[in-house]
Amino acid sequence: MSDAWIVVLVVGVVTIAIKALGPMLLGGKPLPERVTGVVALLAPALLAALVAVNTFGGDQELVLDARVPGLLAAAVAIKLKAPVLIVVVVAAVVTAGIRAVTG
Amino acid sequence: MSEPAREERSHRDGVRAVAPLAIAVVGFGVSYGVLARAAGMGVLAPIVMSMTTFAGSAQFAAASILDVGGTVAAAITAAVLLNARYGPIGVSVAPWLTGSAWSRFLHAQLTVDETWAVAAEGDGRFNPQVLLGAGVTLYAAWVAGTVLGVAFGDVIGDPSTWGLDAAFPALFLALLVPQLRDRRAKEAAILGAGIALVLTPFTPAGVPIIAAAGACLLGLLDRPTARTDEGSAT
Repeated sequence: MSDAWIVVLVVGVVTIAIKALGPMLLGGKPLPERVTGVVALLAPALLAALVAVNTFGGDQELVLDARVPGLLAAAVAIKLKAPVLIVVVVAAVVTAGIRAVTG
Repeated sequence: MSEPAREERSHRDGVRAVAPLAIAVVGFGVSYGVLARAAGMGVLAPIVMSMTTFAGSAQFAAASILDVGGTVAAAITAAVLLNARYGPIGVSVAPWLTGSAWSRFLHAQLTVDETWAVAAEGDGRFNPQVLLGAGVTLYAAWVAGTVLGVAFGDVIGDPSTWGLDAAFPALFLALLVPQLRDRRAKEAAILGAGIALVLTPFTPAGVPIIAAAGACLLGLLDRPTARTDEGSAT
């Protein structure tokens, strides 16, 4: 078997198992109250981390590039209560525009 | 525990919520297909990986490691670290997946960053119908993009030329803002982002995100029931 297929099979099986673990073991049952309070904070914590890493993350380094003004423009659109579609498009257009100008 | 008080969102709302992102996901699917072929993964393996692993960042990491001649073990480790966050994410949606084992399995496989985020209703609640609608949409976009990339090569060039890489943080920010309803949520967000940024230069990709999930332990500071100011915390 080629290296590529070994990676595809192992990563596929492990990822499917990681994703399935919670819903298969705990599915449909309410979590203990103590855990609920913790899990409720998972969304803000992870979403903020995803914003940070997707904006400033490079190859094991922090970088400042055209994504930053794109995100700032998106923040303004969110502040103005724009729909999510507009927010996403604004970020892409501003980032693409700056890249086109600066090469 | 699931009183139908507020307006119920459906599959269609899930489709609508991720539709703007589906275009970006097709674009990245194409570039993944191109990179995977360049990395010598062949035609079928990248498509099978998109159908089974269905997690962009992990697939990019694995393909790019193979591309530069890295070992199989390194590619697998990087991809698994990047997907470790789906452990806690799966726990967070589990209480809201009330169907059969097959239904729960299906929903679990479609739970990725974007679909999880649009299905969140705040206060730790998740809407399984929105999750399913969004999941099927993004799955189709990701697999179709991969097929296009593998079959036709570099049809769109680098997605970052089109600013598509900025679409993802913008979506996450738009979904984060309504989550910040109380002080504790804001603290968790600031701590999560801080942990991720501080670790990024020092750890392999994936570790900053899974470590940031630890910020939700701030919830242990609160009394188990209502997060009110009745005094006498634990």
